[in-house]
Amino acid sequence: MPLISKDLFKKPNNALEGGVDAQPPAAEERTVTCSECKAVLPLDVFKAQAHVCPRCGALHAMSARERILWLVDADSFQEMDAALLPQDRLGFPAYAGKLRKVQQESGEPEGVVTGTGMLDGMPCALFSMNPEFIMGSMGAVVGEKITRLFEYAAAQRLPVIGYIVSGGARIQEGMFSLMQMAKTSGAVLRHSQAGQLYIAVLTHPTTGGVVASFAMEADIILAEPKALIGFAGPRVIEQTMRQKLPEGFQRAEFIMEKGFVDRIVPRDAQRRELSQLLRAHRKEGLA
Amino acid sequence: MTAAYERVQAARQKGRPTSMYYIQHIFTDFLEMHGDRRYADDAAVVGGIAMLGGMPVTVVGIEKGVDTDEKVRRNFGSAHPEGYRKALRLMLQAEKFGRPVVCLIDTSGAFCGIGAEERGQGLAIAENLMAMMGLSVPIISLVIGEGGSGGALALGVADRVWMLENAVYSVISPEGAASIVWKDAGKAAEASEALRLTATDLYGFGMVERVFPEADGDFAALCDTLRTAFTQEFEALRTLPVQAMVEQRYQKFRKIGGDAL
Repeated sequence: MPLISKDLFKKPNNALEGGVDAQPPAAEERTVTCSECKAVLPLDVFKAQAHVCPRCGALHAMSARERILWLVDADSFQEMDAALLPQDRLGFPAYAGKLRKVQQESGEPEGVVTGTGMLDGMPCALFSMNPEFIMGSMGAVVGEKITRLFEYAAAQRLPVIGYIVSGGARIQEGMFSLMQMAKTSGAVLRHSQAGQLYIAVLTHPTTGGVVASFAMEADIILAEPKALIGFAGPRVIEQTMRQKLPEGFQRAEFIMEKGFVDRIVPRDAQRRELSQLLRAHRKEGLA
Repeated sequence: MTAAYERVQAARQKGRPTSMYYIQHIFTDFLEMHGDRRYADDAAVVGGIAMLGGMPVTVVGIEKGVDTDEKVRRNFGSAHPEGYRKALRLMLQAEKFGRPVVCLIDTSGAFCGIGAEERGQGLAIAENLMAMMGLSVPIISLVIGEGGSGGALALGVADRVWMLENAVYSVISPEGAASIVWKDAGKAAEASEALRLTATDLYGFGMVERVFPEADGDFAALCDTLRTAFTQEFEALRTLPVQAMVEQRYQKFRKIGGDAL
């Protein structure tokens, strides 16, 4: 399994996604260019730093699978429901073609990867959303896979760690998409009622129907620095309010100041902090 | 013009009855309760205690307002987080006292603004979804006009979801979908068709259990029908053990989008 898909070299679709600019492909010394400070970095350095620019500290997007493989103990990840494929239930114009294209480009069948793994030897259930898959939008398969994961984790008494990135509901699946908000919320509730821990890590950007459901329903909500987090996107708010938004509005730091996330955790500290949190919630060995 | 867009326009029609009309014509002795006890009283959401025949119920509705002044005061039925938190407070109170809950949905969507974001619009909706999924009293939600996305769903996690004939319920407004998918908000009519947002569509998908004809605009007669329907359905739901009712509610949403995979 390649750690990095070829899409890493794709130019970002918009400013929100961040990203790295492609360099001419030279197999031996491949490089990437930081879109923020324009530093040219050897690919292996960039990968070793979890896609963080060593010069300016900018966090670049990671695919769903890269996140999980970077986080969990080597060879411990076991994927679930990998065969669930999206359906064009509404016959929405151009959706079937769009799905095929994004599947080819991302090498993933859908916008979320789920499964189980170990973190410092502690078992957990994981889901990780894919920013490249129609902006991490939630269609029926994304909702179904997340729901199945929480149900499995409730039954197996496992904590859930979720890496979240999403533009919200997937328009092309209409109400099938909206209803995933209710469905996933029900599954999170049942996992919670089973006494199990759910940690969400909000990454850039986390917006729309995902913020209004499982992103905000975790016991512990962590965020990456500068991640955009909000129900409405900034452009929609600017149109509604007819005014420019202040610098930093809806960024993770602002959202924490307003009281909606527990901690902002830089990428290089995430593994340690998640491990610490799992350890603090372990039940075995307690009287 | 498309058939679906005609429904959208009917749902938004000036003069179409809003939540307060249904509250006054279906129930008696409505006592409005204000505020979320956290921040403010959001006039876009009305709620309180009323009698459905001999049965005390909690009613929560999104209210667009009738005349211009009232529409402005009610923010045209676009709720802030405090509106959803008021709804949640009243639903939890209903649970404590064993009262069934009626939710009336009529909104173009949750408000998108600076204050709404600063006070956690996403969290407010998410908390309602989770709490309604586990509420131990019966809930019936009725979409009377516009069911605008997450702001509508925040009152829509119910044992029964019903719609009026000309109501619509959509993941996004047709204008929003057209501008995102086709970069042209003028294609709202085509988007309405593509989104499958009519009551008939959603009944066909199994997301809505009943669709009420609008009696050729005789809304008073419609309210008589609705009073009977609410009464009978709550009586039926109350025969179920609480655990079975909550389980059925979860399973109803659980199968949406997953049954064909």
